[in-house]
Amino acid sequence: MSLSYFIQQLLNGLSLGGAYALIAIGYTMVYGILRMINFAHGDEFMMAGYFMIYSIAVFPWFISIPIVIAATVVLGVLIERVAYRPLRNAPRMSVMISAIGVSYLLENLANYLFTAMPQSYPQIPILKYVYNFGDISVSRVTILAPVLTIVLTVLLVMLVNKTKLGMAMRACSKDQETAKIMGIRVDNVITMTFVIGCALAAVGSILYFTDRNTVQPYSGSLPGLKCFVAAVIGGIGNIPGAVVGGFIVGICQIAITAAGYSVFSDAFTFVLLFIILLVRPSGLFGEKAVDKV
Amino acid sequence: MKTSKKSIRIIADAVLVALVIGYLALLQSNTTAHSYAITIIERSCIYAVAAVSMNLIIGFTGQFSLGTAGFMCIGAYVTGIFTIPVKMRDQIYYLYGMADCIHDIKLPLIAALALSALLCGLIAAVIGWPVLRLKSDYLAIATLGFSEIVRAIFGWDGLGKITNASYGVSNIPPFANIFECVAICGVCILIMSLLIRSSYGRAFKAVRDDDVAAEAMGINLFRTKQLSFVVSSAFAGVAGGLLAVFMRSAVTSTFTVALTYNILLMVVLGGIGSVSGSIIGAFLVTGSQEWLRFLDKEYVFSDLIPGLSGTVFGSAQVPLLRNGFRMVIFSILLMVVVLFWNHGITGSKELSWARIISIPSVLRERKLRKAEEAKRREQEEAAARALEKEVRGQ
Repeated sequence: MSLSYFIQQLLNGLSLGGAYALIAIGYTMVYGILRMINFAHGDEFMMAGYFMIYSIAVFPWFISIPIVIAATVVLGVLIERVAYRPLRNAPRMSVMISAIGVSYLLENLANYLFTAMPQSYPQIPILKYVYNFGDISVSRVTILAPVLTIVLTVLLVMLVNKTKLGMAMRACSKDQETAKIMGIRVDNVITMTFVIGCALAAVGSILYFTDRNTVQPYSGSLPGLKCFVAAVIGGIGNIPGAVVGGFIVGICQIAITAAGYSVFSDAFTFVLLFIILLVRPSGLFGEKAVDKV
Repeated sequence: MKTSKKSIRIIADAVLVALVIGYLALLQSNTTAHSYAITIIERSCIYAVAAVSMNLIIGFTGQFSLGTAGFMCIGAYVTGIFTIPVKMRDQIYYLYGMADCIHDIKLPLIAALALSALLCGLIAAVIGWPVLRLKSDYLAIATLGFSEIVRAIFGWDGLGKITNASYGVSNIPPFANIFECVAICGVCILIMSLLIRSSYGRAFKAVRDDDVAAEAMGINLFRTKQLSFVVSSAFAGVAGGLLAVFMRSAVTSTFTVALTYNILLMVVLGGIGSVSGSIIGAFLVTGSQEWLRFLDKEYVFSDLIPGLSGTVFGSAQVPLLRNGFRMVIFSILLMVVVLFWNHGITGSKELSWARIISIPSVLRERKLRKAEEAKRREQEEAAARALEKEVRGQ
């Protein structure tokens, strides 16, 4: 294995990891506040891919990107309103089944609306521009993905730590009842969480699909599960942790594929999950959870 | 009084079983004419076993495990590998060549299914050790992950001598007749419902309802969860084996996360925590997926409403009906059940003769209660109005 091959694969891994990290943030934020796996998040990310295909057919790319983000946010907020809010006080299992139901619905809806055939993802020339350094050729999106991810994460961490909204989010994730008593509108905070999560998922989808070229109805489900694993690895509820987890999962996947075991590239993520749950169940950066009776 | 009621119930059960056997015999008497009905019934029965096994761990023990498809995959491959005729093996495994140690072993169907159950149970015991200590969501994602790992292992060409890698196992001999399939499924469900009614089953429910209290009562939490997980996984393996025989092949692409979700749909629709509910759910989902096939076809109005042909309206395309619409309807149905009717068809109680007989009286009572409530509300409102009048008058 030559050095240039190694660097090439590392860059691919970082790029994939960046996209995963952005999606993982959505999982970790929702889990932090609602204590539920939003199984539909991966499918929202898939829908964002389709939104891009259809909006770029009409608009230039710099208008399409905001449209895709807005549409994904609307979808996410709608899902929260219809499928999760009525179950706020229901047992956790019902909420989880509802989330699985939404994921099932989105996949079937995409299958119905856009057919099961993989559709080619638009090639935005600005993102696809290829740099050549000796043996290594990298597209701009590959370099942009990790950089953009880190910038967005820093902004998000600042939002959570410095602003009033962030304070409200932290309060809700610690204790929803008390937050409500203190005058925080919990429902609004939850909606904002979904808005942020979906916007990041839309950005992640642009980064992810530009490198992969096609979208199909099931291309969200497995990456979605992997990103949840990334969130668990980083410590659920911890935003920088989710980003680190996303990079770990992305780099591992590329490494396994490069080593010639592409059959195991998906399964290895779950092996990582087993390892982390056995060794450090609260994740790399998570606080130790105490069971309350 | 009590004994006569019991004897009536036994007679009713016997009549039902006789009717079912009679109907199956009718189907079996002309398999070519009834092949479509036979397929639906066999498929429903197999899914019923899978649904009941999932309900055992989710509904009765309260552990949200989503590994069903993984165990079904193991069961399908084990059953497939040991039942394909020895003569055809070299032809099926032409690429990798079948491993010598299993090349000449051919088992009868029952033995192969038992082996699948045993292997799935063993694997469940091993992975249950770390996994069952996790709480609900982590358990769900870990078991889903297990299911994907299983799929990857069976699709790996390193094991091609045993599993035939991504080509899968094909040419599995079919069921001898419909009775074989239905009887095996019936016995599996019977064993699980007997387990649920035993003291073990009561321990499962105690763990589900309140694990702290159950532990305080002397129930070993971990061992109880483990037992439920092992039994559930073993029967999921049997269901997978049966599915492989039904489809006459075992390929990893059958056993995706979507299969688990599909079985979950049956469990939720039928009623979480009810064996009869799961069976009804399995039949209803499988059956209606067939009956609603017309939703997937494209029609013009004159196909559906005779008399319109020739008019402009008659040649217009019926909106919405297109490939994939059926599954959209199904997923909306699942969401409606989860959001508005979360007890499913039977709720957490079992369907019994007494319950069926009591349906009219229950409905009548509910009607009476509603009428009474409306009357009371009216009276209260009238009183409030009178009071208001009085206050204003003063």
